[in-house]
Amino acid sequence: MCLAIPGKLIEVRDSGDDTVTGRVGTVDFHGSRMEVGLAFTPEATVGDWVLVHAGFTLSVLDEAEARETWQYLKEAQLVDEVPPMLSDTPADG
Amino acid sequence: MSDTTLQDICRQIAEASNLGRRINLMEVCGTHTVALFRSGVKSLMPANVRLVSGPGCPVCVTSQAYLDVACELAERPEVTVCTYGDMVRVPGRTGSLEQRRATGARVVVVYSARDAVKYAARHPDEQVVFLAVGFETTAPATAAAVLEAEQRKVDNFTVLPGHKLVMPAMRALLSAGDVPIDGFICPGHVSVVIGVNAYRPIVEEFGKPCTVAGFEPRQMLLAILSLVRQAAAGEARLENAYGVAVTDEGNAAARGFIDQVFKPANAVWRAMGTIPDSGLALRWGYEQFDAFARFGVTLGEDYEPEGCRCGEVIQGKVEPLECPLFGESCTPADPVGPCMVSSEGTCAAWYKYNRPRAGAGVAKR
Ligand code: SF4
Repeated sequence: MCLAIPGKLIEVRDSGDDTVTGRVGTVDFHGSRMEVGLAFTPEATVGDWVLVHAGFTLSVLDEAEARETWQYLKEAQLVDEVPPMLSDTPADG
Repeated sequence: MSDTTLQDICRQIAEASNLGRRINLMEVCGTHTVALFRSGVKSLMPANVRLVSGPGCPVCVTSQAYLDVACELAERPEVTVCTYGDMVRVPGRTGSLEQRRATGARVVVVYSARDAVKYAARHPDEQVVFLAVGFETTAPATAAAVLEAEQRKVDNFTVLPGHKLVMPAMRALLSAGDVPIDGFICPGHVSVVIGVNAYRPIVEEFGKPCTVAGFEPRQMLLAILSLVRQAAAGEARLENAYGVAVTDEGNAAARGFIDQVFKPANAVWRAMGTIPDSGLALRWGYEQFDAFARFGVTLGEDYEPEGCRCGEVIQGKVEPLECPLFGESCTPADPVGPCMVSSEGTCAAWYKYNRPRAGAGVAKR
């Protein structure tokens, strides 16, 4: 539950009325995309590699390191589920 | 990173640990537990270097009493329980959340607390209870969800506070003094939030070296080498072998969200009892989001599933193979305790990676 996963921030937008969670963005995890809250990384900009956990970015990473980490997590099968996404309605059963 | 380098680090670990005594290093992170097995690092250790799993799996440290409250709430017709997937298969006194779902209860698996708020906004006629479990990595997301619910006036959303803080548990283990620990492999992603400096008291007050590690073999081996060397020299330092993601101060913005919504509170850990200020309760002004208060429920006495030794496993007191149920009546397909349910649980990791060689592990103790 504490595993955070690196991905690339490909889009940032203001969440409009939602000033609490602040900006939100889309992170690409090698093909699967997910909407994430950016409240904890105000410095993150489009093109950055970020560490994502439970729908929020926790830190901005160096690209080479992020790629290497992703590779390792996949090889080691520590990412057993690609973060579910993104329909934004994962909760609708 | 080349294999030679890894072999080299292993050789150095072997040299440094050649002390004629056992060195016990504890990891306090379920992802480390799995990664240490999976990467083979565990099997590369010299016989006297023991890697012990501590209370690092959020599902495993959650008390049975908490799970029973979650099940009780799920049974109410108006309630929908939203939870991270790891929680649904943990057996409570009268079955798991998954079993409740099979008989008609609404139990929805979410990836983020935000998803639970969204679900609540779309289903105003349901009372949505989010199971707020996990360590400091996960707590900021819960805090942000509560703030979002407040702002959007999603008043059918509550959380069942069950978050745990890592440091107080490490402190409690050391204070109890009944588990030998020569150093800590500190969790990678919890540390992204709390920062390396958070572990300073463990180093200064208890004289135990702490090294924050990532999850790649090289990072874990370097952390182990550093800890073994310090143990050998009788030193204790605070180190960071995961500098790419973890800073000394951690993520202050994320901690700010936690502090805005939650305050430190006593929390009940599986088998470890109540540890002072080791959990998070909603602050004044946010109590309306507390599911305990809204539904008038309380935690009962904690207990262990019959015959299960998870409580000792998460404290590093016994290894899974010492549990008579391991691999017999308790398997990942039909788990008795949370340590076998969660993919990060110590028993599940041993079952998956260490069954054949397991006898040797026990004999060594
Ligand atoms: S093997 Fe099963 S019953 Fe035994 S401690 Fe682990 S989870 Fe509990």
